[in-house]
Amino acid sequence: MKTDATPPAAMSESAPILPAPLDTAIAAQLAARGRWSPFEILFWLGAVSTIWLLPDHHLILTEIVIWGLFALSLDLILGYAGIVSLGHAAFFGVGAYTAGLLARHALIGEPVVALLVAGLAGGAFGFLTSFLVLRGTDLTRLMVTLGVALLLREVANRMAWLTGGADGLQGITMQPVLGLFRFDLYGHTAYVYSLVVLFVLFLLARRIVGSPFGLSLLAIKGNPLRAGAIGIGAGPRIVAVYTLAAVYAAIAGALLTQTTAFTSLESLSFDRSADVLLVLIIGGTGHLYGGLIGAVVFRFAQDWLSAATPQYWQFWIGLILVVIVLVGRDRIGGWLAPLRRAGDRLVPWRGGRDGGRP
Amino acid sequence: MLERVLTPLAILLGLLAGVPASAQGTVKIGVIEAMTGQQQSTGVQTVAAMRLYMAKHGDTVAGKKIELVVKDDGAVADNSKRLAQELIVRDKAAVLIGFAVTPTALAVAPLSTEAKIPTIVANAGTSIITERSPYILRTSFTLAQSSVIIGEWAAQNGIKKVVTLVSDYAPGLDSEKTFTEAFTKGGGQVVEALRVPLMAPDFAPFLQRARDAAPDAVFVFVPAGQGGTFTKQFVERGLDKAGIRIIGPGDVTDDDLLNAMGDAVLGSVTAHMYSADHPSAMNKEYVEAFKKANNGMRPNFMSVGGWDAMHLVYEALKKTGGDTNGDKLVAAMKGMAWESPRGPISIDPETRDIVQNIYIRKVERKNGELYNVEFATFEAVKDPVKAKR
Amino acid sequence: MLTILFDGIAYGMLLFVLAAGLAVTLGLMNFVNLAHGAFAMAGGYAALVLVNRLGLPFVVGLVGAFVFAAALGALLERTLYVHVYAKSHLDQVLFTIGLVFMAVATVDYTMGSSQQFIAIPPALQGQVTVLGVGMSKYRLMIIAVCGLITLLLQLGLTRTRFGSRLRAAVDDQRVARGLGINVGAVFGFTFAFGSGLAGLGGALGAEILGLDPIFPLKYMIYVLIVVTVGGTSSITGPFLAALLLGIADVAGKYYVPQLGAFVIYTIMIVVLILRPHGLFARGGAR
Repeated sequence: MKTDATPPAAMSESAPILPAPLDTAIAAQLAARGRWSPFEILFWLGAVSTIWLLPDHHLILTEIVIWGLFALSLDLILGYAGIVSLGHAAFFGVGAYTAGLLARHALIGEPVVALLVAGLAGGAFGFLTSFLVLRGTDLTRLMVTLGVALLLREVANRMAWLTGGADGLQGITMQPVLGLFRFDLYGHTAYVYSLVVLFVLFLLARRIVGSPFGLSLLAIKGNPLRAGAIGIGAGPRIVAVYTLAAVYAAIAGALLTQTTAFTSLESLSFDRSADVLLVLIIGGTGHLYGGLIGAVVFRFAQDWLSAATPQYWQFWIGLILVVIVLVGRDRIGGWLAPLRRAGDRLVPWRGGRDGGRP
Repeated sequence: MLERVLTPLAILLGLLAGVPASAQGTVKIGVIEAMTGQQQSTGVQTVAAMRLYMAKHGDTVAGKKIELVVKDDGAVADNSKRLAQELIVRDKAAVLIGFAVTPTALAVAPLSTEAKIPTIVANAGTSIITERSPYILRTSFTLAQSSVIIGEWAAQNGIKKVVTLVSDYAPGLDSEKTFTEAFTKGGGQVVEALRVPLMAPDFAPFLQRARDAAPDAVFVFVPAGQGGTFTKQFVERGLDKAGIRIIGPGDVTDDDLLNAMGDAVLGSVTAHMYSADHPSAMNKEYVEAFKKANNGMRPNFMSVGGWDAMHLVYEALKKTGGDTNGDKLVAAMKGMAWESPRGPISIDPETRDIVQNIYIRKVERKNGELYNVEFATFEAVKDPVKAKR
Repeated sequence: MLTILFDGIAYGMLLFVLAAGLAVTLGLMNFVNLAHGAFAMAGGYAALVLVNRLGLPFVVGLVGAFVFAAALGALLERTLYVHVYAKSHLDQVLFTIGLVFMAVATVDYTMGSSQQFIAIPPALQGQVTVLGVGMSKYRLMIIAVCGLITLLLQLGLTRTRFGSRLRAAVDDQRVARGLGINVGAVFGFTFAFGSGLAGLGGALGAEILGLDPIFPLKYMIYVLIVVTVGGTSSITGPFLAALLLGIADVAGKYYVPQLGAFVIYTIMIVVLILRPHGLFARGGAR
């Protein structure tokens, strides 16, 4: 928790009128935290290079990007605000259905605009439900988030005239992105489109968690009482980050609908909420890249396991989870150690790794 | 320099993703089935029958080696669509088979059209599916086929008042609608139409409603795998004692579950295209071999869909001489007729849907086991929904 | 009308037996065990093997279900769970979801994927009519068995020495330890007992809820709802919550089938917002 301790201390001294040297010191520290490390640059170069290097795999890569974005959104509330959610799929589903309905009824044909509208819809829903997670223990939050997602799924199921119910939302035809790039069968357009969206949203998230606002979130997560004592009110900040995460999740859901021209109740299901948690945990919480790395590992592992044992692949996923917890998420070395270490050393703005209270 | 770094990376990613060793002369069949989740019995049955077909007829046809690539979609349409796309683009599958439930088949339809891939529906039973793409064929059944027949049969056999109880999704609504039409046309009356949620249903309150309406029979459609819970609660509610009969398409008296349902189902009358008891030499051999290969599991109506889908692919490949062009394969498949374990069947060249006998069966005890025993046959039934147009 | 009430009570009782163990482990150890349903499934399959394959009487099957699930619970508690008590809630959630996935695949592999039923004796089949109300014999039996269990649990908790130790450990672990109570052993025993109850519930419920490999996922949510609505500070809270949910669910489906599962989810969210510690919790418990 060393990383957590310093920033709030600096914050606490940020009285309304700052002595000049301290002001510049804080500015310098914030700037340092915003610097790009070689690891990050390599990561994104690698991601971009797959456009040409792995043209046969754009479908699975698209899905990885979407899972990555979804997990990134969960990281915002779990890794940076410490809220454990079992119903994050609610926002994913809102985005997915919004995008689907917009395209199906040709309300907004252009995918990018539709994506933004879907994000806004998710954000609005996130804002409304954020007040439910302000209070309570981990368990109440778990159940409230789970309950909201279940309820929403039931709403979608019942409103079959609008959503297609259990049959899914059929008959979506997507228009070209920006009126120029048609979605093709091989998923090339879909992949580039998703990757661009991910990168833009990642930049934004990186900016936000490196800002004083992001630091104040970490302070709340570390110790809400202390944060309150030094003048960081938890409520508004949690509402803000929860809403932001909802926007991200909704955009992830909308991307999935747009790239597959289909959505169904599955986008709102408990499995989806549990899977995204798993993705994030594999990659590690609290450093934005966790979700992205987790998505790569999870999707390839799932693909490989389900090809090897179609009927029983869940067993191995379960085993991985159990082992991760028993070994200790902090101590998971092995395959991710180099990345993790690089992350620890080179990403100066990373938050705490732990989701709940210790 | 850069290449040195990136090539191994690409190879590694490729390995992880399981790049197909594309061999000349191999025909890949992409199988999209529910191997996990609520519909998994369907997937297990269908894939077992497909493997059985290959074991019996060899894995080489028209000089090509046949390879099954089985993918689990958990009966979730999102997955089916993605898996279909992957199978087409990455595995270069020539044919797609499977689809445990209707939404999964519907989700894949646009892809079949775009990629011109023959897509054989081995399970799902909603009429519209084959209209969604000119590349979709069906070896299972349509719910309308059985529902219309049982509707006519019920009206002619002294059943006057019926409560319908169906799972609330496309096939359920199909069967409710077609049964009601046929039954009311024959002079019957549907006093109440109940729709049960598809997932994790508790039938008790619905059955209570059905009982309170005091009909002669309950017409029921639930997907394969849920029939057991339904009949248990049917008896528990005392509907059998109240003289109410079970009628419906044969999904409810699924062969796979029939023995587990107990005597409760004795006397239930259903209309369907396959019974493990079908009295033909071919079927006897099929049931034997199937049980032997699968720990004694009895083949059900879903399994024959898989068996016949394989037959369709094998015969079509023979006709095209191993050419896997989608248009040629579909052309070869249209109008094909053959003997299946369920009896004589053919593919309607106009609608690409299946034409088959529908049997009226009654659950009886035979050699200590429960079977759907066929006692009347309606020959060469086409899908009534499409025939009407 | 009365039949619906009767069904609802039977359903609620069943939910209570399934959830009672979870309520205790959650209240006692503050441990979120999403794998609780897996023990119920284990019990169900144990009874299935005993009754259907070995041909033993139904009662033996029920006892066997309890014993098997309890033994499994004890084993896993000592070997695995014990390492996770001190971890964060997030870890507990992940760990137990992992266990659920493994349980589902294991049962699928060993017992097959299709739904199975325990052969129940003819005496329990069908209905009896009492004062014009049709009641299923099986559900009557469930009410009797579950009612008895509830009574014994209540007595056990309030009247026995173990019960007072347990309550002491729930109220304040540190003080209880200071008084010489072996809290670890109390944990272990309670966990095993709770798992056994779930197993019994699974065996009893197979006839009504069905028994297949995805049982733990299907009923996890119901069980969690019972516990969160009922609170974890007593046995009566979850009991009343289970009854309420059972009746609301059955009546909702009978009278307003188009509303479906709305009723129970809405109840849960409203209760959680207004009374975060459960509807029947003692004022301001932890």
